[in-house]
Amino acid sequence: MARYEDITALVGDTPLVGLPRLSPSPEVRLWAKLEGQNPTGSVKDRVAAKMIEAAEADGRLRPGGTILEPTSGNTGIAVAMLARRKGYRLVAVMPENTSLERRQLLAAFGAEIVFSPAAGGSNAAVSKAREMAVDKPELVMLNQYANPANEAAHYEDTGPEILRDLPGITHFVAGLGTTATLMGVGRHLRDHAPDVQVVAAEPRYGELVYGLRNLDEGFVPELYDEKVLSRRLSVGTEDALRRTRQVLDSEGLFVGLSSGAVVHAGLSLAREATRAGRSADIALLVADGGWKYLSTGAYSDELDDAANALDGQVWA
Amino acid sequence: MSVEVRVPTILRSHTGGQKLVSGSGNTLAELFDDLDRNHTGLKARVVTEEGGLHRFVNVYVNDEDVRFIGGLEAKLSDGDSVTILPAVAGGM
Repeated sequence: MARYEDITALVGDTPLVGLPRLSPSPEVRLWAKLEGQNPTGSVKDRVAAKMIEAAEADGRLRPGGTILEPTSGNTGIAVAMLARRKGYRLVAVMPENTSLERRQLLAAFGAEIVFSPAAGGSNAAVSKAREMAVDKPELVMLNQYANPANEAAHYEDTGPEILRDLPGITHFVAGLGTTATLMGVGRHLRDHAPDVQVVAAEPRYGELVYGLRNLDEGFVPELYDEKVLSRRLSVGTEDALRRTRQVLDSEGLFVGLSSGAVVHAGLSLAREATRAGRSADIALLVADGGWKYLSTGAYSDELDDAANALDGQVWA
Repeated sequence: MSVEVRVPTILRSHTGGQKLVSGSGNTLAELFDDLDRNHTGLKARVVTEEGGLHRFVNVYVNDEDVRFIGGLEAKLSDGDSVTILPAVAGGM
């Protein structure tokens, strides 16, 4: 049965598809969990729904209320869609160095955008949102970096879906942003399949994004617990971009740039397993499709040009 | 043996503005001792007095976060590449 009451019933239960052409052998296989199949096209639909429900349940968010959230795009778009349906307003605080499509989608769903400076990337968006929340206490900040509902969405849903569809999973790889996907899925795997390696693919942006005035302005999300991870791999812009194109060429799968980083890390793990003569089933979390990044030239320009263009951007 | 070290903008005051410096050591701890001889003060920005990594600094050896491969005791080999980065909020 593929009939649903309304669009919100479509969140989650995303497909896990094999990547046989990218996989090194029938014994070492890569699988992609396609979160772009969610209603607004990213994994953040899961998180937005859970965080809004939690804020309604504890009475912080009331009819006619205004939500405030720092976001580089996907969370804002997901929250904006639900907010519109439920009659809330959304003020999204977004770094000015994010893709055009993300701004357009936020506007399309009726969100108000406040820009934060490019230098400092998401750090600057978080601090700006915190200042605004102090000035206007009536704004309801969901605070995805610290909100347990963010992690719960993955512990309760994403994790069980992966284990249901890939019982023999050996590795789980996801991008590291708020860290909630890795924390939630990782804890579920620790509880039910403790031998699985939980691996973070961390985007390594251009220098502008690390442009803090001093180190004390650094930021580690409250949700992050390094004990949940087995490894954390840093993936540069060019590698992420190259893999994004490779997965498109070989499998016909059109994924966003953070997923290029995840594929890059997944291929390293596949290579290690092959070299060690071990079999592996590696699940890759594909957070979104490529649609929102077309204007960056990621899929059309020469690789070097595209990498240069993305250098100062928060591309994941 | 020689290891290449990428230094973030915020720490280049210790390296005379250089983005890429080289040093040596069998472990990361030895590397930072070695680096501090030519780039005074760099070590203290990365390593705490207690001998751990500062909370808001991440260090990678060949793209692998060292906190998962032994921290400052992580082994180094000739030709390795070390990257130092401030911890910042990622995309979301």
